[in-house]
Amino acid sequence: MSWTSAFAPVLPEIWLAAAAMALLLLGVFQKEDPFARISRLAVGALAVTFVLVVGRDDGRVAAFDGLFVVDEFARFMKGLVLIGSALAIVLAEDWLVKERAQRFEYPVLVLLATVGMMAMISANDLVSLYVGLELQSMALYVLAAFQRDAVRSTEAGLKYFVLGALASGMLLYGASLLYGFTGTTGFEPMAARLREANQLPLGALIGMAFLIAGLAFKVSAVPFHMWTPDVYEGAPTPVTAFFAFTPKIAAMALFMRTMMTPFGDIGPAWQQILVVLSIASMGLGAYAAIGQDNIKRLMAYSSIGHVGYALVGLTAGTGEGLRGVAIYLAIYLAMNAGAFAIILGMRRRGQAVEEIPELAGLAKTEPLTAAGLAVLLFSLAGVPPMAGFFGKFYVFMAAVNAGLFVLAVLGVLASVVGAFYYLRIVKLMYFDPPAEPFERPMPGAVGAVAAASALFTLLFFAWPAPLVAGAEAAAQALLRLP
Amino acid sequence: MEAMLGEYLPILIFLGIAIGLSAVIVAASWVAGPNNPDAEKLSAYECGFEPFSDSRKQFDVRFYLVSILFIIFDLEVAFLFPWAITLGDIGVYGFWSMMVFLGVLTVGFVYEWKKGALEWE
Repeated sequence: MSWTSAFAPVLPEIWLAAAAMALLLLGVFQKEDPFARISRLAVGALAVTFVLVVGRDDGRVAAFDGLFVVDEFARFMKGLVLIGSALAIVLAEDWLVKERAQRFEYPVLVLLATVGMMAMISANDLVSLYVGLELQSMALYVLAAFQRDAVRSTEAGLKYFVLGALASGMLLYGASLLYGFTGTTGFEPMAARLREANQLPLGALIGMAFLIAGLAFKVSAVPFHMWTPDVYEGAPTPVTAFFAFTPKIAAMALFMRTMMTPFGDIGPAWQQILVVLSIASMGLGAYAAIGQDNIKRLMAYSSIGHVGYALVGLTAGTGEGLRGVAIYLAIYLAMNAGAFAIILGMRRRGQAVEEIPELAGLAKTEPLTAAGLAVLLFSLAGVPPMAGFFGKFYVFMAAVNAGLFVLAVLGVLASVVGAFYYLRIVKLMYFDPPAEPFERPMPGAVGAVAAASALFTLLFFAWPAPLVAGAEAAAQALLRLP
Repeated sequence: MEAMLGEYLPILIFLGIAIGLSAVIVAASWVAGPNNPDAEKLSAYECGFEPFSDSRKQFDVRFYLVSILFIIFDLEVAFLFPWAITLGDIGVYGFWSMMVFLGVLTVGFVYEWKKGALEWE
């Protein structure tokens, strides 16, 4: 095999890593404030990567002796992650300038985290899984503490770092057990060993449970969610937005491939763990968010709940379930991008505000923003005909068809409870006396993201076919075991 | 499974002896040793003089920076030794892998230099 064909599958990752380093040097050598220019260039680099990822259509290709694999599933998830990262940079620009935190390292760190996420999505071996995960996490720890003169931000960074290191430790312990009992780190050889063994080795089972614990931490599923509310509240708002809709998709994609490839034949062994994680996440996401007054903390609990719903589809483990998760993640990205764009626009007298009562009476002062946020909140709650309803519909349908009735019923009940706290904000906006108006106009890019996201969520039901087809191809790629 | 666990038996015995022996030593000195403290005995001992300040005082963050930069380049050197020894076997691919790694570290080095992380007034 020639060198060019050996490296062709990783070209997007190599390009993005090189671009991140080039931008780092460009930024540090530029005399005047480089933040705006580096941000634009970073978005451009992500756009080129997107073309490189989506433009190739050559089925399933493996690189580096099967450590790294590119298939339809990887293309779909990488597309979502790249869109999420670009949105995170676009949404952050104005906010960081107003908070006087416009250091050009922000877009560079987002790019580096994206390289890690793409490596996670394509990981086909315990070693490349870990390398991708750490590459992503290291950049995220720094991003959480990005406002380094704010106590809450540094606290968030430190908390995330310490707990993330603990999760990595659990994951590595599980990986070492799996290696010890199956004699391989590769996903496909491991699947073959587990298939040949007439009885699942106990050590491999324990190893898998530890691996799931580590992954559950990264997607913030209950009971490994404790870091989420504190980190989401403390981190600068654009970083919270980024955390909410990008690394979560990558971690979920990694979770899916890890469950389906090496452990695809021993489904019942991990399904019972995932049932518990899923029910606990949906329940806690629904109940714990009720008492929150800080909107970032509320979004943290909301994201925990959404991970629970996405896990319902993975638990089913069927093509339908995986397709449901892929659709769910795409819709989740769209809804959260819009919701966070509106949260980023909440400024009063030169200061960012993040308490929910600040939104009171928004419908009178700004009918359009209020309508957009209402659409997004209805969608997050899963009210038809918004996009969020279809996300939930596909995963619950898959759970019912896979015979997981209890899971589906509990999921629907949790989403009814969860609807309360989303609708409480809608009530606040439409029926309460108006608070002082926000600083306006909203920055153009932020307003555009909010509008596009609200329109997507509102009109998704009219033309769902492209997304569903893409998700279907992704799910089939994951099911087709070699 | 049993055979594999059997191989770990010496480690279990070792753990048992280590925990048992340390417990016995701590317990014996607690039971048999004379114990009548006074103010002087309980004060912190620091080379014969009174301690100047609390040990948890603030120190310059630059010490931290220097130590972390040291670790990065120390690891780089530790990585270079096995690479240099096996260079004949790993071929062109191995050579360029290390060059890429060094290139990435150099980017980081240029960044920290320009940022002024190496200045100490």
